[in-house]
Amino acid sequence: MSGGGLATNTGGGEIKPYLVIKPKKGWQLIDFRELKEYRDLFYFLVARDVKIRYKQTVLGGLWAVIQPLFMMIVFTLFFGRLAGIPSDGVPYPIFNYTAMVIWTYFAGSVTFSSNSLVQENTLISKVYFPRLMVPLAPVIALLLDFAIALVLLAGMMIVFRVYPGPEALLVPILLLLLVLTASGTGMFLAALNAKYRDIRYTLTFLLQFWMFASPVVYPASILPEKYHLLYAINPMAGIIEGFRSALLGTTAFPFLMVLISGAVGIIIFVGGALYFKQTERNFADII
Amino acid sequence: MANPLIRVNNLSKRYRIGAVQRGYKTFREAIVEGITAPVRNFGRLRRLTRFKNGEEPDTIWALKDVSFEVNEGEVLGIIGKNGAGKSTLLKILARITEPTSGSVEIYGRVSSLLEVGTGFHPELTGRENIFLNGAILGMSKKEIERKFDEIVAFSEIEKFIDTPVKRYSSGMYVRLAFAVAAHLEPEILLVDEVLAVGDAAFQKKCLGKMEEVAHGGRTVLFVSHNMAAVQTLCSRSVLLENGCLVAEGPSHAVVQQYRGSDGGNRSAYVWEDPKTAPGNELVRLAAVSILNSCGRTVSSIGTDEDFFIEVKYVVLRDGVRPGATAVLFNQEGTCIFSSLSNRDKDWHDKPHPIGLYRSTCLVPMSLLSDGEYRLTVLLWEGSYNLVCRSDETVRFHIRDAGEVRAGYYGGWQGVIRPALRWSTERVSSP
Repeated sequence: MSGGGLATNTGGGEIKPYLVIKPKKGWQLIDFRELKEYRDLFYFLVARDVKIRYKQTVLGGLWAVIQPLFMMIVFTLFFGRLAGIPSDGVPYPIFNYTAMVIWTYFAGSVTFSSNSLVQENTLISKVYFPRLMVPLAPVIALLLDFAIALVLLAGMMIVFRVYPGPEALLVPILLLLLVLTASGTGMFLAALNAKYRDIRYTLTFLLQFWMFASPVVYPASILPEKYHLLYAINPMAGIIEGFRSALLGTTAFPFLMVLISGAVGIIIFVGGALYFKQTERNFADII
Repeated sequence: MANPLIRVNNLSKRYRIGAVQRGYKTFREAIVEGITAPVRNFGRLRRLTRFKNGEEPDTIWALKDVSFEVNEGEVLGIIGKNGAGKSTLLKILARITEPTSGSVEIYGRVSSLLEVGTGFHPELTGRENIFLNGAILGMSKKEIERKFDEIVAFSEIEKFIDTPVKRYSSGMYVRLAFAVAAHLEPEILLVDEVLAVGDAAFQKKCLGKMEEVAHGGRTVLFVSHNMAAVQTLCSRSVLLENGCLVAEGPSHAVVQQYRGSDGGNRSAYVWEDPKTAPGNELVRLAAVSILNSCGRTVSSIGTDEDFFIEVKYVVLRDGVRPGATAVLFNQEGTCIFSSLSNRDKDWHDKPHPIGLYRSTCLVPMSLLSDGEYRLTVLLWEGSYNLVCRSDETVRFHIRDAGEVRAGYYGGWQGVIRPALRWSTERVSSP
């Protein structure tokens, strides 16, 4: 056979195409082999997002702290002091800041992720690569901001003398669930936004509403016990409560809530990815 | 037997074009339209990518039943007018968009170059952009690292490699972008008109690189409007027209056919009825044609060929002293030249006996640039009294044979492209 070494020769002398392009029908699965092939691109996309994030700013990476910090100050004044919302036995500032760091990461990821496809329209209409990388890159890139904001949290722990217990070992799992939930939501909204630009305008108040539906300014414990599991259907509820318990020891670790929220988060991730794969074939045509 | 590396089978692609919006008639209608708009918009957006089986009025076939094969090591030109489906075809092959029906089998790794500098970020430095852009084009980090120095050298911007590209001049930007693209080493390369950018010197370099790629045994699909480049680089071409493949074969033949199909060139015009032909009772036009050097009517002439403008007219009364003027316009309507038959010594200002006359004017090779031309003809009599004027009587096409280009295939300015004599001498040594 004079395959020229180009086509993959599959033993029997029959040459299988390296690639077949045809209209795809039905649901598509994620092609992990392809993702692996393009892993260098993903690395560069994340690196780009990180590098350009605070380009030409004076404060640079400090912005990653300022945002949740100022929100925390405002919330502490209004909800902590004026409204007297309880904070599960730890000082309200650290109680709220912990949630605020998580929420800032989540909201930022979802926002960047949702707008990513539209923003990268030239890329999408000019070159092929696994499209999934577009909404996923900002979710990973923002982890750096998240880490920077956590440094201040560590400082606050020392100041307020609040120390994590052994549950802190569960933080990586919680972080994974957080990333999955953020990516899932991001992928879903990004795909939707490609076709319906209404998403961009909906996003602001969707996230605002979602924040108040999550235990950011208040603890889950102000809800009656029997509603906790229902409440955990909001994946951010279990994740934030879990983080706070693991890092601040506010309550006993809410295993059941985290389990439910984690399950919902994974469903959002898988659903978001599937919806994205389902619609990605048209991105270049509609964006 | 050659191996097809790409096999395109009955490929079709349908797009939905926006339906015509109805204007509002009354204020009340406008309000009702406004309120129901979201529902209609939703339906419209939803339908954007959904098609019924039958024909729908607001859809177009950007490609219809296109089939062809590309062999290993072949450089295939894809030509056609704007909107013929060339870019759609390339986008499907590059997996950017999905076909509506049909399939493509590809036996090798594909890289596409539909634009240079895709994904360049203005805030990142040249170095960072090389890596990002390289990765976007499908190179691995290792591969880019290996070729990094070569890329930088090719781009000629060594000094600015750590400067954000937003501070680059547009020329530097394009050079860097092309340098990355030029170092792709896929088995199959899809290229779309990327040569239309950059300054002249760089274009030449790019074309040189393309030639190197083309002769290096790589399989290339090349979409271009630059017929000279297509003919030099591609052994075989396909011609698309309204989404259908209408010709396939050796490039020169396909380019010829493309030229022929171009907007109904009418390179000869004969007035069948002498009574209604332009003119008066003294002299009337009979025919106008464009002839090649063998005397054949042609609609397409190479820049390396002489051709003739032929004007036939009938003298209806003895002793008339008629003459003709040829006025040539290019596609933009710029008048290229006027020329009068008074340069003919034998008959000018001499009394003509009744009869049919033929005046020809030789237009030398290497004078006009390539493009479409229209010829207007005037008849005059005696001391240049205008008898008649026939506007845009014939049209013809000058195709680029490349003889004036002398190896440079980039853009070329100027309404004419004469082959002027150049000489260079060394005036002093340092």
